[in-house]
Amino acid sequence: MDSLRSKEIQSDLARVGKALLYSSIFLMMFLVDCRPATALPAFARKYGLPCSSCHEAWPMLSPFGQQFKDNGFQLGNDRDAPIFQQAGYWPITFRITPVWHRESTSAAPVDEGNGQAKITTSGFDLSGLDFHTGGTLANNFSFYVLPSSDNTASFHFESVWARLDNVFGTPWINIKLGKFELDNLLSEKRILTLTNVGGVYENYHFQPFSSPGVAENYTFGIGDNQLGLEWMGHSADDRTRVSAALLSASDGTVGLPTSRGYGGFFAASRAFEIGSLGLQRVGAFAFLGEEPTYYQYNLTTTSTIGTDSLGGPVTSTTTTPYAGTGIGNKLIQRYGLMGMWYIKKFDITTIYFHGKDNAWLGTNTPAVPLAVLPPGAHAPSWNGALFESHYMFNPQIILINRYELDRMSQQAFSSNPGNLSNADVLTFGARYYPFISSRAGFAYHAEYSIIWQKGASPTFNQLTTSSLLFGFDFDF
Amino acid sequence: MLNIKKISLNVAVALILPCAMFAQQADQPPAKPSKHMEAHIGDLTGHSEAGAKLYYRYCWGCHGARGNGDGENAPYLNILPRNFVAAVFKCRSTPTGTLPLDSDIFNSLYRGLNFSNMPSWKALTAQNRADLVAFVKTFSARWVAEKPGDPIQVPPEPALTVASIKHGGELFQKLECWKCHGQEGRGDGPSASTLTDSNDQPIRPYNFTTDNRAKCGRTNSDLYKIFMTGLDGTPMPSFADVVKPEEAWDLVHYLRTLQYNNPSPELTLWLSTPEGKAIIEAKKVENTNTGSGVKP
Repeated sequence: MDSLRSKEIQSDLARVGKALLYSSIFLMMFLVDCRPATALPAFARKYGLPCSSCHEAWPMLSPFGQQFKDNGFQLGNDRDAPIFQQAGYWPITFRITPVWHRESTSAAPVDEGNGQAKITTSGFDLSGLDFHTGGTLANNFSFYVLPSSDNTASFHFESVWARLDNVFGTPWINIKLGKFELDNLLSEKRILTLTNVGGVYENYHFQPFSSPGVAENYTFGIGDNQLGLEWMGHSADDRTRVSAALLSASDGTVGLPTSRGYGGFFAASRAFEIGSLGLQRVGAFAFLGEEPTYYQYNLTTTSTIGTDSLGGPVTSTTTTPYAGTGIGNKLIQRYGLMGMWYIKKFDITTIYFHGKDNAWLGTNTPAVPLAVLPPGAHAPSWNGALFESHYMFNPQIILINRYELDRMSQQAFSSNPGNLSNADVLTFGARYYPFISSRAGFAYHAEYSIIWQKGASPTFNQLTTSSLLFGFDFDF
Repeated sequence: MLNIKKISLNVAVALILPCAMFAQQADQPPAKPSKHMEAHIGDLTGHSEAGAKLYYRYCWGCHGARGNGDGENAPYLNILPRNFVAAVFKCRSTPTGTLPLDSDIFNSLYRGLNFSNMPSWKALTAQNRADLVAFVKTFSARWVAEKPGDPIQVPPEPALTVASIKHGGELFQKLECWKCHGQEGRGDGPSASTLTDSNDQPIRPYNFTTDNRAKCGRTNSDLYKIFMTGLDGTPMPSFADVVKPEEAWDLVHYLRTLQYNNPSPELTLWLSTPEGKAIIEAKKVENTNTGSGVKP
């Protein structure tokens, strides 16, 4: 009897073990994450191609998708112009991601104690909502409009452009005007990671501290959509790509918020085959631009924010630069060398970055006439690297790993600690696409990302911030 | 004395043996699609195992998981996707009714098929395309039971002359190309509205005035091959048995003059003659550019 009982218990334990095993497998698959940045089922619906045609894993493009994009959202057959579509066809896609996420920071400012403490929070949440609409207005006239919201549905124009494609019948002349993503081969708008930490490329936005606890006054990121005019050219098979863009010094913000400054972004790359390994690509990019060091007019606003113990008003005064009055422009520079290496199911992208800001910008010193730089001021410069690898079991499952680092080679002030602003970011993620269709996209997304940055805490020590996220990423 | 038993035995053997042979043939299982196929294009060797992964990334949405052209998008396409199980291919360099060369399918992948939803896959590597060709061949037993046809010979193109163009025009009438393609090559001949393809789907004859890209290529040699091999699966027949090679080239020269929106040596020569200029001017109808790519 005891033996029988023992066998039953063993059997039950075996069932529980199996259940746990299968649950774990299911959970792992469930957690596999994917967040398509700009996948457009509207295109898939138009051409009847599965999303896996244009995306290695949506939203990351495949060489075929890159060519389609570079060719002005045209496949090159007679079905490209909208005149061939049903009159009811509307090229629009929406994308949103309900998630559960956990955010943790090692040193957040608090009211009590020494003024900082570790804070961890978690809960269910939403991403913002993107409405992607794009396509062809006619043969060789393409467009893209992306009203994008935060998670409270407050909208802005993330991207708006029109493009003249294949001007004079050559793929080497394509002209784009509007607000658009720079010609980054590793597209941040098509990033496969979604967390607050790992949802952007650190190197695409890195700006050093001017001094401990003091950020630079200007904002620029080559990962941000920019306002400008772009010429782009490519070979018929898209193996060779070149582009140059003239950009406003506004980091993509409308209304000419800073100055009359401009910048230029230049990119070139070449792909080549290595046997059966696949298509490899190497390239380089450079950005040279100018940013204002001060404003000719600052708007001072005083508002009442409460009353004191005697019933008197408590006021707050804020000073904001008046749009368009920025002056004393100085140079900022960003350079990069990249390689995208494919070894069958495994691929890795490697990028070396170098950045340098003018000393006036780096030290937040207004370059007013006859002004001089403060003692110990330097032009801050830094180097960075990115390694992003993917392992694609099949078009439905992809594993993601990324490591980024930034190292200062010259601080803005001699008095700054040598490692001030240095950062390391590590990200792991996975996405599972339960179906591959030409109508819609869906992915289970799981991701963990952590960043360590020197001097970023309220007490100017190392700040560690991490994000854990699980979600359903879908677009239609 | 006749050995009745021996004669009977011989007769029996003589009668039964052929029957047995036929019976053996009849009992042979039909050829089955091979799980492993190779494709050879120049120095490239494509492997079906690698092609399968590519097929189920890029192709199945139209051509279907089993390759029979019933992908999820097929109901929405007005030229149905190719049925690889039937292994009937439009663009070949081999005679009508035969299997194409591996390079024919490879070139179709690179070029795409104009006037259909099949795009160009030139963004893929050459090895990728060779692997896909190999995998496509696994769908049909024809690739096991048959060999591709011998490619037709394309003789050197003769010198372009006005006489050649005029003779091509005469052949256009004589061969009744106009019945489908129309007198002016607009694809609006009297039979055009009645044509169907092998899927019983309506199919429109090629409109020469819209583009200089025919379904199977844009060069003169491609045009030559189209009407010498025919487009299997469509009403476009092969004229290899009724047209001599030099006449086929005359027809090519004439057809180029129908593409009056696309400059070509043939059109230039034809426009240099009073007769040709008058005809072309009469054909041209100025209109507003709709941006559709279709020129009036």
